[in-house]
Amino acid sequence: MPVEICVSGQTLTARLSGDIDHHTALAMRTDIDRAVRDTPVTLLILDFSAVTFMDSSGIGLVMGRYKLINGLGGECRIADPPAYIARVMKLAGLDRLCRIVSLARIPHREEAENNADN
Amino acid sequence: MPIIKKNCINEMKLCFAAVSENEAFARACVSSFLSQLDPLVSELAELKTAVSEAVTNSIVHGYRNISGGTVLLQMRLYADRRVYIKIRDKGCGIEDISKAMQPLFTTAPEEERAGLGFSVMESFTDSLRVKSSSGHGTVLVMEKILQEKDDGSIESEFSDKSRRKHRTCTPLRK
Ligand SMILES: Nc1ncnc2c1ncn2[C@@H]1O[C@H](COP(=O)(O)OP(=O)(O)OP(=O)(O)O)[C@@H](O)[C@H]1O
Ligand SMILES: [Mg+2]
Repeated sequence: MPVEICVSGQTLTARLSGDIDHHTALAMRTDIDRAVRDTPVTLLILDFSAVTFMDSSGIGLVMGRYKLINGLGGECRIADPPAYIARVMKLAGLDRLCRIVSLARIPHREEAENNADN
Repeated sequence: MPIIKKNCINEMKLCFAAVSENEAFARACVSSFLSQLDPLVSELAELKTAVSEAVTNSIVHGYRNISGGTVLLQMRLYADRRVYIKIRDKGCGIEDISKAMQPLFTTAPEEERAGLGFSVMESFTDSLRVKSSSGHGTVLVMEKILQEKDDGSIESEFSDKSRRKHRTCTPLRK
């Protein structure tokens, strides 16, 4: 499964894994969008800790999810991207749309603790 | 082929179908072929990303309305640790190259394309040349000189080890 969804309170965490490119991005987008529409939440966390590669298709993926959750009045965070992927994100200015955080240190404590179970 | 092959220590040419499955295949080939020069983790990631951008552009834009197209990937390694990468398609071509290369310019916003492919290629290589003609296709040539292995630097994924010019693109605004 390229996307694992975990809902806890008002937080939906989408754990992405593997390579994010034009070939894989569409299925990830569909999975995340379905989950967000089924379960309205105020915080969407895109967990990048298990992502092994990302090109500009991943930038489009994050921007699109940011727009979706923002349109629903919520916020978006990017969690734990590998260093090289964080560079691609910063190059695109994604960190201005979605704060890059570490799941261990996310301000919403309960959610973070629940998420630690996966 | 011309005689510019001086000091070329290895070369490969690969032609593959313009289908999205081959984006990962092209990256795997880049990794495998470059391993001879023992690149830094960061250099390998940069070149894989640049090639992924170029190949994806050929598949997504070049062959948008054309089926059965192929993409050519050619790589050369030089004794001075220079890597030469050429990616060619025979797709629709680019009408206005300088416009296409502007950060955030895309002809496919409805597909969630960010318009940052060229910016990524530029920042992750030392040079990028684009030739294209409408209706005939597009050729990209990227070059990058890899770090010497014995320069005493400790590899950190966090450090930008580039001793060459560093370019960034205009950040997105909210
Ligand atoms: N090989 C190609 N053939 C035809 N048109 C191309 C080709 N490569 C790029 N283009 C054109 O140049 C534009 C910009 O390319 P670029 O890679 O920077 O952004 P993008 O592909 O639109 O979005 P992203 O790469 O961020 O997903 C494209 O939208 C397309 O119109
Ligand atoms: Mg592109």
